[in-house]
Amino acid sequence: MTENGLHAEDALVISGRALHSRLILGSGGFPRQSALVDAIAASGAELVTVAMRRVEPDAPGSLLDVLDSAGVDVLPNTAGCYTARDAVLTARLAREALGTDWIKLEVIGDERTLLPDAPELLAAAETLVDEGFVVLPYTSDDPVIARRLEDLGCAAVMPLGSPIGSGMGIRNPYNIAIICERATVPVVLDAGVGTASDAALAMELGCDAVLCASAIARAADPVAMAAAIRAAIEAGRLAAGAGRIPRRLYAEASSPDAGLADLSSSTSARGGAPSLGEPR
Amino acid sequence: MNSPHQHCEVAVIGGGAIGLAVAWRAAQRGMSVVVLERDEVGMGASHVAAGMLAAVGEADPGERGLLELALESAARWPSFAEELAEACGIDPGYRRCGTLRVARDRDEAEALEHEADRRRELGLAVRRLRPSEARAREPALAPTIRQALELPDDHAVDPRLLCATLARAADAAGAQLRERAGVARVLARGERVSGVELADGSLLDCEKVVVAAGCWSGVDGLVPVGAELPVRPVKGQILRLRDPLGPGLLRGVVRVDHAYLVARGDGRYVLGATVEDRGFDTTVTAGGAWELIRDVAEAVPGVLELELEEMTAGLRPGTPDNAPFVGAGVLEGLVWATGHYRNGILLCPVTAELVAAELAGEAGAGIAAAFSPTRFATVGAGALT
Repeated sequence: MTENGLHAEDALVISGRALHSRLILGSGGFPRQSALVDAIAASGAELVTVAMRRVEPDAPGSLLDVLDSAGVDVLPNTAGCYTARDAVLTARLAREALGTDWIKLEVIGDERTLLPDAPELLAAAETLVDEGFVVLPYTSDDPVIARRLEDLGCAAVMPLGSPIGSGMGIRNPYNIAIICERATVPVVLDAGVGTASDAALAMELGCDAVLCASAIARAADPVAMAAAIRAAIEAGRLAAGAGRIPRRLYAEASSPDAGLADLSSSTSARGGAPSLGEPR
Repeated sequence: MNSPHQHCEVAVIGGGAIGLAVAWRAAQRGMSVVVLERDEVGMGASHVAAGMLAAVGEADPGERGLLELALESAARWPSFAEELAEACGIDPGYRRCGTLRVARDRDEAEALEHEADRRRELGLAVRRLRPSEARAREPALAPTIRQALELPDDHAVDPRLLCATLARAADAAGAQLRERAGVARVLARGERVSGVELADGSLLDCEKVVVAAGCWSGVDGLVPVGAELPVRPVKGQILRLRDPLGPGLLRGVVRVDHAYLVARGDGRYVLGATVEDRGFDTTVTAGGAWELIRDVAEAVPGVLELELEEMTAGLRPGTPDNAPFVGAGVLEGLVWATGHYRNGILLCPVTAELVAAELAGEAGAGIAAAFSPTRFATVGAGALT
């Protein structure tokens, strides 16, 4: 690694595949196709998720055509599935239709919160891993469930920061940090990002990547927000590597007390800038 | 079918609201016009559309050009409807009923507040209503609603009546309407349009062709290679309901997130609509009905007492930027009036005017430039198609 930490070798590797962008973009919720195309360009994302329930692979001019033209890879997801059975069937359908073994696994437990259903998620993950899928499960911020998913053979874990589309940021940063600390597969913060600082925080907590959909798609200016979140992810990754200072209750002066400038003459005489001779 | 070589000045492909309105306006200007409709007139997206004239409700800060066009068209609607009624003796069902946008819970109330701010920034008329004020206006609203926004300039029209009146008006103005006359392709000689070939193999010579074929405007082979535009079908499921007790449940339009209810004023209601990218699929689904009814019933519980008369799915003509293609494209004589997505009925008056002016060779109004069919030409072949 070089000093700035942003060189080409700093790739995110999932299941042996290197991704140079640490932002995975969700394709849902964009107000128009052109906004999605422009946001993809601004985000630098290489991987874009698509809800299998909402696409028709053969439809001309549809989402898949747009993503193909944009030169990104499609990561199908099982959004809208409420049972392990439905999720497994959807994943198989995706493999058939799109020719990819990768699946972002979502098994939703409740329509109002869209929170993951852990038992169904584990069951579906087990089946899909057995069938040779590269499984990226959307999970709660519970470190135990994340560990179980990893043990089952998932290629990454994708804990939520807060409910899908809520824009509430990371509600339990301690759990996210624990998940990151213990995981041996990449951790991708999935839901909850509302703005750029949330994405930066995720990276500072140790996440390897961030998945973002609503925060970009539903922003007043999706393209500007895509650029902002991309920059935030880079900044957060740098900051995580840079090592933050410990938090303290009381101040600690950043400059030594000794050798302070004598300000009495300069300020009274010219009213201008004090001597800048001392390092601050 | 008949004589192999027929002739007209303008052939309009598509007998929906847009095609019929273009034909009416062009015929009024003295052009000889033939409308070629693959099915019966008004049986495509126009048959399914709810008829909300929602320039304000559909406004998006990222689509200012479209907003300008929508406001222009909304302003033309009263005189358009009046002229139409005079031309054929039937009222097209234009109702100045206004719209209420309703929030059902705290999250939606906050989002509504945000929406109101964005609309005010765009200079649009919106008014925040307390739940009690909203319920005074529409007593059928649930006592549990958290907040409402009045959109006083968003009205409604009955698209089925509209198509019937437009067809009569176009006919009275001298346009010829041919049903079950699908077009196989537009013919060109050199760099300009020479006519159309119909599905039955017959030919129609003409100087100009208007493509108003809705979501079918983008199908392969319809226009010569190089002239194609990215138009795709966007499915919408919609329900038609009837109150056995007659009118009275609702006065105007009520919108919630992802659904709306439009009162026709005679005890009939339209409840719509899903937005699905599913190609040319037009099946109606249990899930579609459930989502729509659930969302609206939370705001207007009385909707559950209505009789379900009809459930249909139609295909909106979608474009990459949600804005229509209006005006001349790259091929001389080929004029586009398509891609109106969710706003076809609203944009009918202004589209018909702009296209008729284009056909008459008048200099394009400034507003038309943003909707030029050539605006995606720089994207590179096929990039957005």
